[in-house]
Amino acid sequence: MLETKDILETIDMIDNENLDVRTVTMGISLLDCIDSDIDKACDKIYDKICRYANDLVSTSDSISREYGIPIINKRIAVTPIAMIAAVCQTSKIVKFAKVLDKAADTVGVNFIGGYSALVEKGFAAGDYALIESIPEALSVTEKVCSSVNIGSTKAGINMDAVRMMGNTVVETAKLTKDRDCIGAAKLVTFCNAVQDNPFMAGAFHGVGEADCVINVGVSGPGVVRAALAKSDCKDLSQVAELIKKTAFKITRMGQLVAREASQRLSVPFGIVDLSLAPTPAVGDSVAHILEEMGLEICGCHGTTAALAMLNDAVKKGGVMASSHVGGLSGAFIPVSEDAGMINAVNNGALDITKLEAMTAVCSVGLDMIVVPGDTTPQTISAIIADEAAIGMVNSKTTAVRLIPAIGKNAGDTLNFGGLLGEGPVMPLRKGKPDTFIGRGGRIPAPIQALKN
Amino acid sequence: MKAIITVLGKDTVGILAKVSSACAEENVNIIEVTQSVLQDMFAMIMLSEFDSEKVSFDEFQKKLDILGDENGLKIHVMHEDIFNSMHKI
Repeated sequence: MLETKDILETIDMIDNENLDVRTVTMGISLLDCIDSDIDKACDKIYDKICRYANDLVSTSDSISREYGIPIINKRIAVTPIAMIAAVCQTSKIVKFAKVLDKAADTVGVNFIGGYSALVEKGFAAGDYALIESIPEALSVTEKVCSSVNIGSTKAGINMDAVRMMGNTVVETAKLTKDRDCIGAAKLVTFCNAVQDNPFMAGAFHGVGEADCVINVGVSGPGVVRAALAKSDCKDLSQVAELIKKTAFKITRMGQLVAREASQRLSVPFGIVDLSLAPTPAVGDSVAHILEEMGLEICGCHGTTAALAMLNDAVKKGGVMASSHVGGLSGAFIPVSEDAGMINAVNNGALDITKLEAMTAVCSVGLDMIVVPGDTTPQTISAIIADEAAIGMVNSKTTAVRLIPAIGKNAGDTLNFGGLLGEGPVMPLRKGKPDTFIGRGGRIPAPIQALKN
Repeated sequence: MKAIITVLGKDTVGILAKVSSACAEENVNIIEVTQSVLQDMFAMIMLSEFDSEKVSFDEFQKKLDILGDENGLKIHVMHEDIFNSMHKI
């Protein structure tokens, strides 16, 4: 029989430390829905998503009840729509966003990702139209998430795309300014995007993936923090060991849910994503783990080192717990979704430059950061370029999800509600990068791309 | 299937009797029971087994939920595998 203390530990993690499965995401390929007639393509997409994901929510809910683990989100990721739109004889492709939104509503998921384009080396048919349609698409839909990959270690950075994304982010925020600029919170710009990411807003179903697949994202910053608080670890070797053990347990739970969901839905199991994903709930913060390690406040000197260790220990613990690990797999540091990060920003301990340094050692990037409403598209592009350069050179995924708070300035707050949380407007650095961004072209791939 | 029933709360007379009779009413067989009382806190863990074709897991869970609410106890019914996967390699 199991040991009493183990059983009580699991129950305590779920009841008091916010242990949950953050998302069960079904990846669905839409390559067989391609049609030169956009209406026919949309019909095929709607039918396929509804057929495949019909039982996703009910099955996840029944697993959640049986095993006693909350499964917070049920989501869908689809093939990047730019590929589907490429053959359509029209540039009015917002219809695709609307049909994704409708399908998400029908099957009951809370987000659908894949209104995406992959343009790290250049634009193919459909890519321009898709990027240009993003602001409208995100303003007329509720559940659609969009992402654009503008760089990779192998290809370098497409600076024309970076320039476009600066405009796209600002336009998206403007079109949804009456709803706290929420459109921009559903738009991610990637370098080295992964094809099997279960987390929004950056999830899409890569072309190398199977027709349909189940990916699971676990969570548990609260559990890691509580484990550290209860322990009597003295040096950092012991802290790292404890984080590894805790990550192992969390991931085993995710693996179990992934296996069950894949069996019950008769869909192949893809990966478990090991990311520590915070929520705005009290006690579910990555910043608080860093503080538990001995920092007075997240953002003070030492934060990057603590985060690097946390990120690495989570991976080491998680890798053994799951048969297939993938996605982003690291600690997330979204500002608005993490009570500790918000507190650190409000106290002046955490600013965008420190966040940028932190993204060099963890997944995923400058995430859910609210910037002043008068920030120029060129400055947003420059932030994207900086972040993409970190990803490109370090062979890791980096992402930028900035929300220009239209009509607001440093000191104000945007409130998105729910899992997206609320974010204080953060000041940016001085100076104009306009000429640099205006040059366009490509930043060549770094030397480590040439490994053959 | 095998499920672990955990009962946590303030120690009072007859907790074991109430939970086990609820199990009997639903045709759920109890294989093993361990319980401990620390100060005033009562913690009981039962390993139970039932035929999932005859017994509805959801209804059994709801019944114990209500029983817990009525008696100020926190009762969880969870599939055994969650604990096995988290605590055994």
